[in-house]
Amino acid sequence: MEALGQFFAIYGSLVNFIGINALLALSLYLTLAAGQLSLGSAAFAAIGGYTAGILTMKCGFPFLLSVAIGSILSGLVGLVIGLPVLRLRGVFLAIATLSFGEVVRIIVLNLDITGGAQGLVGIPNLTKTWGIYLTLALAGYSIARLRRSRAGWCFESIREDETAAAAMGINTTYYKTLAFTLGALLAGLAGGLYAHLNYIITPREFGFSVAVDLLIYNIVGGVRCWYGPMLGAFLLTALPEILRGTGVAAGPVRMAANGLILLLVILFLPNGLVSVFTRPGRPQAGLPPAAVAEEV
Amino acid sequence: MDLLAQQLINGLFIGSVYGLFAVGYTLVFGVLDILNLAHAAVFTLGGLLALWLVETAGLSLWLAFPASVLACGVLGLILDRVAFAPLRQRADSNFSGLISSIAMAIIFESAALGLFGARTVRFPAHTVSVHIWRWGGISITSLQVEIVAVALLLMVGLTQFLNRARAGKAIRAVAENDRTARLLGIHVDGIIAFTFFISSALGGAAGILFGLYFDSLSPDMGRSIELKGLAVIILGGMGSIPGAIIGGLAFGLSEVLTVAITGTSNLRDAVAFTVLFAVLILRPSGIFGRRKMREA
Amino acid sequence: MLLQVRDVTRTFGGVKALDGVCLEVEKGGVHGLIGPNGAGKTTLINILSGITAPSSGEVLLDGQAVHGLPAHRLAAMGVARTFQNIRIFPAMTCLENVMAGQHMVASRPFFPRLFCLPSARRREKDQRIEALACLRRVGIEARADFPAKALSYGERRRLEIARALASRPRLLLLDEPVAGMRQKGVQEMGRLVQSLAAEGMTLLLIEHNMAFVMGLCSRITVLNFGRTLTTGNPEQVSHHSEVIEAYLGVSESHA
Ligand SMILES: Nc1ncnc2c1ncn2[C@@H]1O[C@H](COP(=O)(O)OP(=O)(O)OP(=O)(O)O)[C@@H](O)[C@H]1O
Ligand SMILES: [Mg+2]
Repeated sequence: MEALGQFFAIYGSLVNFIGINALLALSLYLTLAAGQLSLGSAAFAAIGGYTAGILTMKCGFPFLLSVAIGSILSGLVGLVIGLPVLRLRGVFLAIATLSFGEVVRIIVLNLDITGGAQGLVGIPNLTKTWGIYLTLALAGYSIARLRRSRAGWCFESIREDETAAAAMGINTTYYKTLAFTLGALLAGLAGGLYAHLNYIITPREFGFSVAVDLLIYNIVGGVRCWYGPMLGAFLLTALPEILRGTGVAAGPVRMAANGLILLLVILFLPNGLVSVFTRPGRPQAGLPPAAVAEEV
Repeated sequence: MDLLAQQLINGLFIGSVYGLFAVGYTLVFGVLDILNLAHAAVFTLGGLLALWLVETAGLSLWLAFPASVLACGVLGLILDRVAFAPLRQRADSNFSGLISSIAMAIIFESAALGLFGARTVRFPAHTVSVHIWRWGGISITSLQVEIVAVALLLMVGLTQFLNRARAGKAIRAVAENDRTARLLGIHVDGIIAFTFFISSALGGAAGILFGLYFDSLSPDMGRSIELKGLAVIILGGMGSIPGAIIGGLAFGLSEVLTVAITGTSNLRDAVAFTVLFAVLILRPSGIFGRRKMREA
Repeated sequence: MLLQVRDVTRTFGGVKALDGVCLEVEKGGVHGLIGPNGAGKTTLINILSGITAPSSGEVLLDGQAVHGLPAHRLAAMGVARTFQNIRIFPAMTCLENVMAGQHMVASRPFFPRLFCLPSARRREKDQRIEALACLRRVGIEARADFPAKALSYGERRRLEIARALASRPRLLLLDEPVAGMRQKGVQEMGRLVQSLAAEGMTLLLIEHNMAFVMGLCSRITVLNFGRTLTTGNPEQVSHHSEVIEAYLGVSESHA
């Protein structure tokens, strides 16, 4: 028990941070699962985080209510933004969500109520570690169960081939917007929890590089199953600490390690690290190459 | 009035650097349909390398500039070999190329951090001799004129090269349709590598000019221009060289005008990103773009 | 009359891919759609399935105007299709491809799944059995658990048809189902098409393989340069002088 207490004294904030990052990675996973590349998820976390923080601090709302309202507001913004933006495809969608993220960051930077560049200071420290991990468990479980539901099939079909999915009867606009909105809802929730963790949030914590980090967690972990993003978030958030433990102190080396892992994964494990562990028995390569060439 | 004129002139100067940066960015997109997010890291390395050559190796800027530009071109070749060529046959090469370019961006940035340190640095005072011309309230430095001259020279040179030279025409043929180009006997992989060489060389040149203009260089100086460059090439139409040049100038102007009108630099990027967002939703092909999109 | 196409025109930039096309497809039976490369056959199928909208003209399904409706609305009205360039879901298994195709007809509510209710499991089992039946129908049941990308070319075509069948369509649009297939595959496909028609399904079939079309179709429409050349039974069409000219490529005087 004492050892556990000691562990938390040293690594408590890291453990919390891993949980938040895993939640954020899951929120992006929802959009990626429907084949939509978004670089705006950090902005939704900002909307949820600032809303929740302001509500508890300045309006005296109870913690849970603030977080819920932040999350819902973020989801609503996701819905409103998603409808026009999701007509775009590929990199155009990525850039549109990215510029949306920048606009949100600049707005936060310039409003009085958000505290500008200094950030929102003095948010009560109400998020507990078990709260983060309970949320993560519930979110992870729901997303896992989503897989073979109607929406899950639709997301997967759209990711595989949007035109074919539409011809099969899937209302692609509806389901893409649904994925985007659910992602925004979850990101807003994670942002609300995050805001009540450290007394302070600043616009810098929700910038472009955070959005890229979330994408990296997904790619490294793997976007073909629900626990990939969590794995990626866990490994890459803990990696600096692990490297520190093994004596690698220099910042550049840690950064290079991040880049190198991402590069190796995308080159050699396009389905992420989870593909190392899962389904080794599946007849992936069961067909001789000759059969593929036949009849062409 | 003089102040406004001065701001407009400053906008043109910085806009020409943005344009130069964006031209390289858009060139790769035009040929490969891939967003090369490592372009900004090459930009940073170009500036820092030139500084090192001037400061530590004692070269004159007139030697350091081409040497550093050449080195950046080689970085482009490495980029293509390591991050893009292996993914070219993959069905989702646009997506995975984007990811591997992020990985290379992180690796390059960590290299900049490791080699040149995290400090903000500047070219030694005597690197270029500066005259100042004044007309009424407007002042222009010889450095500014040189920067615009070099940027314009490179951009015009590139345009001429693409229109006239054999290799330039081959690049355009590959951009149009790589399969047809292959049938015409063009060595497509060589042309793509060459495109990366030119693109990265131009990016490095933009980095040096940027460092001279703002008199400051740091390993993360590519971060902000990365987003601005994206905005520029979207506004100009992905893949359009004249679009990127005009977009760069327009973006530089919009920045200084926003500052001049609102009186605060916090909103500098807001206008640009709002416009970018609107353009994407209303006219995703950009103002000068006319990409055809085929379906089914 | 199941399907009526009236005076449909579709332009791409300056190109008139379809120019006043008229077509009527009767309920039941196999209707052929032939024409030289670039005649506009695929464009017509794209319009009938809602992938693109016509520039002008109307399309009636069971007497109801459907032109310009989005693809999923047409699918809901019983139109299914395959693609000339095969658009299966490569990373899913064959069974999953077909189960995805059940979207229109399968009930898959989220909450019973969330709470692991037995009803959810029962439903999934039924749907799996039905999907296997679709695979059996096209003759690739043995491949059920293979990733679709590992299939041979002919098998992919059949998988795409199985996925279309999973939605129990009334009207099935096939875009060159036997292109690039060998004789054996062509014969099997012919039997499949016949058995589907025998069950009362209506098929609109694009094919360049004349023997295949002539052997299966009760009526054939010929397109050339975006216009309807003629419609008739195989006998009439194959003796139509303009059709012969169109296929021999000497049709300038009529273009
Ligand atoms: N999305 C599009 N954009 C521009 N042009 C198009 C588009 N789709 C079709 N076309 C043009 O319309 C014409 C008809 O094409 P379509 O694909 O319908 O012909 P097809 O009869 O299916 O030919 P094939 O037998 O080769 O499949 C062609 O000239 C083609 O280039
Ligand atoms: Mg066709």
